[in-house]
Amino acid sequence: MALPPLDSPQWQSPWRAFAWGLRSITQTILTVVLFVTYLGIGALAHDSHFSLAWALASTLFVWAGPAQIILITTLGSGATIIQSAVAVTVSAIRLFPMVVSVLPLMRTPTTKRREMIFAAHLTAVTLWVECHRFLPQVPRERRIAFVHGLGCGLVSVCLTANTVGYFLAANLTQTLGAAILLLTPLSFLFSTARNSREVADVVALTLGILLYPLAAKMNSGLDILVSGLVAGTIAYGVHWWREVRA
Amino acid sequence: MSFAQLIGDWHALAVLFVAGVVPNQIWRMLGLWFGGGIDEGSELLVWVRAVATAILAGVIAQIVVEPPGALASVPDVLRYGAVGAGLVVFLLTGRSIFAGVVTGEVFMLAGKWWLG
Repeated sequence: MALPPLDSPQWQSPWRAFAWGLRSITQTILTVVLFVTYLGIGALAHDSHFSLAWALASTLFVWAGPAQIILITTLGSGATIIQSAVAVTVSAIRLFPMVVSVLPLMRTPTTKRREMIFAAHLTAVTLWVECHRFLPQVPRERRIAFVHGLGCGLVSVCLTANTVGYFLAANLTQTLGAAILLLTPLSFLFSTARNSREVADVVALTLGILLYPLAAKMNSGLDILVSGLVAGTIAYGVHWWREVRA
Repeated sequence: MSFAQLIGDWHALAVLFVAGVVPNQIWRMLGLWFGGGIDEGSELLVWVRAVATAILAGVIAQIVVEPPGALASVPDVLRYGAVGAGLVVFLLTGRSIFAGVVTGEVFMLAGKWWLG
């Protein structure tokens, strides 16, 4: 499936653009990865004694895989609400620069902030990667509608996966359950690595992984924030040093 | 399973919003709010993006180092080996996400089967 050319009458209706966005979920392997990841989140929610409605609501309103896994595992293992909230919010900081970098791709000079609220909500790793790939092929004034379609398609896939995973959980062997959970770190690592164009990105990713086990030894509850701030700042230093030398 | 079981108790849903939805969503809304004012190439954003990438790296490391649920049944060496093997193939195949993920999964499954 190829998107219509930029000047095609197909793009005149926002609903058509929405439909093209919806259909574009068939054009990426990340849809399959998301499906299996959310199968796992459904199963994890079941095993941690959350209801199906709870799992579906977490997908609809949180819409960030790692945050949902962290929320389920921390609450399920008896952490307090505050401890869970801190762990979730630290993992979600990455959404800030993601939204900041993705919204200019779909903004026109007359776009109001409130028109982009839903697109901001839909922004997560997968949508961010796909926006950079698809949006250059979409006329600027139809990009928000296209992103709404793409996002709604991905959310529907994940809600379906949650439901299937939830009912499958009781029959899931431990090995299969482990394989599904391993998918999140693998797909996040490789999709982030593929989008790392600058040296600073590579340094941030590598150091972020290597420093985490050290930070975790301090057992402060803010391990990820500590290792992230240190690794990210060193990566920024590398970027700055290269700029100065250039 | 009854309808009431599928909904669960309202307390748990309230906890979802306080511990999950609000702490997560706040960053997207800050991005929306400040997004207009920040130049995409600004130094501040380069730093924020580097920190965010490193935090995501930490989240990845956390799932592998302190595995949740069924993943905890996989021995350390297999989890680290799976990520390592996947990474090598990812790099050898010109950054193919699919090849990396499949290799990591196959490594882990083969290792579990081998160890019994």
